[in-house]
Amino acid sequence: MSDTLEFEPTAYHVKKSNEGAALDIVDFNLWYGKKQALFDNNLEIQKGQVTALIGPSGCGKSTLLRCLNRMNDLVDDLTIEGQITVDGFDIYAKGVDVIALRKRMGMVFQKPNPFAMSIYDNITYPLRVDGVTKRSILDETVEHALRQSALWNEVKDRLNDSALGLSGGQQQRLCIARAVASDPEVLLMDEPCSALDPIATARIEELIEELKGTYSIVMVTHSMAQAARVSDNTAFMYLGRLIEYGDTDTIFTNPQRPRTNDYVTGRFG
Amino acid sequence: MTTTNEQIPPASGAAGVAGVAARDAVVPRQRRRFSTDLSSLGEPALWGFGGALALGIIMIAVFLMVVLYNGATTFWPKPIDRVELTDGNVIAGTERRGTIFRPQLGGLDDATRAEVEANDGFAFRTLYQTANFDLYGDDFQWVADFEVENVTQPEDFYYFERQTWGVFIGRIAGMTIDGQEMAYDPAVFRREQAAARDRFREIRRLERSEIGGINYLIERERLAQRRAVIRQGEEAAAADVAASQARIAELQAEFQEIQARVNEIRARDRNYSVVLEEVGGRQITPEISQIVRFFPANNLGFFDKLGIYISRWWEFVSAEPREANTQGGVMPAIFGTVAMTLLMVVFVAPFGVITALYLREYAKQGRVTSIVRISVNNLAGVPSIVYGVFGLGFFAYAMGGTIDQLFYPEALPNPTFGKGGILWASLTLALLTVPVVIVATEEALSAVPRSMREGSLACGASKWQTIRYVVLPKALPGIMTGMILAMARGAGEVAPLMLVGVVKLAPALPIDGFAPFIHLDRSFMHLGFHIFDVGFQSRNSEAGKPMVFVTTLLLLALIIVMNATAIIIRNRLKRKYATGQF
Repeated sequence: MSDTLEFEPTAYHVKKSNEGAALDIVDFNLWYGKKQALFDNNLEIQKGQVTALIGPSGCGKSTLLRCLNRMNDLVDDLTIEGQITVDGFDIYAKGVDVIALRKRMGMVFQKPNPFAMSIYDNITYPLRVDGVTKRSILDETVEHALRQSALWNEVKDRLNDSALGLSGGQQQRLCIARAVASDPEVLLMDEPCSALDPIATARIEELIEELKGTYSIVMVTHSMAQAARVSDNTAFMYLGRLIEYGDTDTIFTNPQRPRTNDYVTGRFG
Repeated sequence: MTTTNEQIPPASGAAGVAGVAARDAVVPRQRRRFSTDLSSLGEPALWGFGGALALGIIMIAVFLMVVLYNGATTFWPKPIDRVELTDGNVIAGTERRGTIFRPQLGGLDDATRAEVEANDGFAFRTLYQTANFDLYGDDFQWVADFEVENVTQPEDFYYFERQTWGVFIGRIAGMTIDGQEMAYDPAVFRREQAAARDRFREIRRLERSEIGGINYLIERERLAQRRAVIRQGEEAAAADVAASQARIAELQAEFQEIQARVNEIRARDRNYSVVLEEVGGRQITPEISQIVRFFPANNLGFFDKLGIYISRWWEFVSAEPREANTQGGVMPAIFGTVAMTLLMVVFVAPFGVITALYLREYAKQGRVTSIVRISVNNLAGVPSIVYGVFGLGFFAYAMGGTIDQLFYPEALPNPTFGKGGILWASLTLALLTVPVVIVATEEALSAVPRSMREGSLACGASKWQTIRYVVLPKALPGIMTGMILAMARGAGEVAPLMLVGVVKLAPALPIDGFAPFIHLDRSFMHLGFHIFDVGFQSRNSEAGKPMVFVTTLLLLALIIVMNATAIIIRNRLKRKYATGQF
C-alpha cells in the first residue's frame, strides 16, 4: 500500500430502507488526546436493516460504534466534532440525557458480560434501573426478550439460576435479550461472535436475521463472511476514514474502491 | 562447550541438514547446545526464594510451637516435690524450670567446690514454686543441685488455689465444719468445699449484680436530680427532686436488706474453715470458701489430672481474674477484645469503603488524587502510639469533653465520655486501620472488569446504579479481604489502647442489663493489654509468666476464629459473584 496517505472521497451505493434513516452521522471527527481516530465520517444507518462495519484492526469501526450510544464518554481526553442525529436531534448536543439515550440503543459486547445475578435479574436490569417494579411487566418482558433472543426454551425452567452458569453462546444470547429488553430502536453489536465457537456463532447470526426489521442493527465484525451473510449494507473503514459504504452484495462482488477490493479479497488486513 | 557440541549427532535426513545450515547464518554453531545451564533456568534464584519462604515459615512455626507448648501445658497439674536441703531446711513446691548458673564458690564445702570446679564453675539449679506467699513473702525459690539432700513426693501434700494470696502448698491438718472442729475427712471436705464455693458465689452475685445494680440506680437518680436542677433551676425542680429522693430512699432500704443478707451469709461462712499446714509446720486457718480448687498433686490418676486441666481452662475462659490477674480467668478481656474489634469494624467499614469509592470512581484522577492516595498509604506507617495520643486528645478530651458539657453536665467534674472508653478506643483503631481498608477497596474496585461497567451503562443505568448493583457486589470479596486485614491488625493492637480506654481490671462490662444496655463510655479489658500487664506489670512476673503464654494462645485463637469467620463469609460472596465466562 504505497498510496496510504491519499484518499479518494467515500463511495456510496446504499440500499435505502423504506422507513428512512435510524441514525445520521454527519462530518464526524474524533480525537483521542491529540491523535485523530475518525476523519469526516458521513453515513446514514438505515432503519430496520443490518449495517456491518468492517475494516482492519485499529481502523476506528469500534470507536464509531461506541460513539452511537456515547459509550466513549468514559474515555478521558476525548474530542468530538460533527453530529450524530437520531430522529433529527443531535446526541452530542449540550444537555442531552445520556442515560435516556442509552436506553434507546441496546448494546452487545465482544465478550459476553452477563452480571453476576440470576437470568431473570439480568434481563430485567434495564427496567429495574428505570424504576419498573411491577412483577407482571417484568415477567412479560423476560419472556418476550428471551423468546426474541431464542433462549426461552433453554432457560425457562431456571430463570432464577445464576446467569454465569450458562455456556458462552447462551451468555451472549442472554446479553442480546438484555439489550432488547428495554425495547430500543437500535441494536449496537461490537463483534458479538468473536468469542464464540462456530455453532454458537451460527445461532447468533440466525438471531440477527430474525431481529432485523424490529430493530436497526449496527454490527462491527472482523469476519467478512459474516458481514456478507447477515448484513444489508456494509461500511468499509480504513485508518479512521470511511472508504466505501453501500449495498453488501456490491461491496463484496463489485467494490468501487481498489482499497475495498484489496480488503474483501483478502489481500491485506 | 565446543567439545560437547562436536559429540552431538547432527539431525538426520536431508531436510534436517538443510535446516541446520539455514540457521547457522543466524546462530554461530559453537554457541548452540542441547542442555540449558542452571542459571538460565533460574535455579540458584529459585533456591533463594525457597529458602526465604522456608525461613519465614520456620520462624512462624517455632513461635507458634513455643506459644502452643507453653500455653497448652500451663494448666496441666504438676507434682509437688518435698526437697530436703543440705543446710537442714525443707521446702515443698512444684518445679517450674531449670538453668545452669555460676555459683559463688566461697560458701561451698570442699567436695561440692571440687565438683563445681570440675564442671568449669557451673552448676544446675531449679526454680520451685513454693507458693504460700502469705507465709514466705515470695512464691518462688531457686535450689541448686548440690544443695539437695533428698527429694520425695508425699501423697498427702495438696495444691490449693485460693481466692486471695495465690497458691498454698501443704497438708490439711484439720477442719471446722459448722463451728465443730474435726479431723480431716476427704469426702466431707470435698462436699463442704463445693457448698462453700456456692456461698461465695452467692455473696459475689449479691454484691455485684444486686448491690451494684442498686448503686447504679441510686447514682442515676442523683444525676437526674442534678440535671433537673441545672435545666430547670432549683425551685422548679423541687418536686422532681423530692420524688427522686423518695425513690432513692426506697432503693436504700432495698440496699440495707440485701446487705443484711450478705452479712448473714458471711457470718455463716466463718463457721467453715480449714487448717492448712505448710512443710515447715506453720499453720493458717482460712475459710473453706477461700479455696477455689484443691487436689493432692502426687496422688492423681490421668483422668483426675485431665479433669483439673479442663476445669482450669474453663475457669480461664469463663471467669474473672483474681490475684492481680495472675490467676483466674480472662472472660472480661475476651469480651472487651471482641466487642472493641466488632465496634471498630462497624466504624471502619463504611468509612473506608465510602472514601475509596469516591477516590476511585468519582474523583478526577490526577495529581490531587495521587497525593491523597500516597498520604493514605503513608498513614499506615505512622506508629500506632501516635494514633493513641491523637485518640486521647481529639476523641476523648475534645469530642468527649464537649459531649459531657452538652449532655452530661450533671456528672461533671467526673467525665462520662471525656475519658478513655470503648467507643474512643474503637474509633482510634478504626482510624489506624482505615488505610488498609481504603487500599484494599480501591484495588477491589479497579479489578472489576470494564466490560461489566460498560454492560450496565449500556443498559441505561446511571453511574451510581452501576456502582451499586454491579461494581460493589463484584468488589465485595476484595473489600472483605481488606476488612479481614484491618480486623487482624486492630485486634492485635495494644499500644494506642493503653491511652484510650483499656484498663487492668474493669469494674463492669461495656454491655449489661441496665438501660441503655450498651455503655460505650466504659473502659474495658483487652487480651493484648492483659498479656503486657500480667507479664511485665504484675507484682510477681514469674507467677504471671504461664498466663502470658495462655493468654497469647487465646488471643491468637480468637483472631484466627474471627478471621476464619470473615474468610468464610468472603468465600461465600466470591462463589456468588464468581465470573463464569465459559
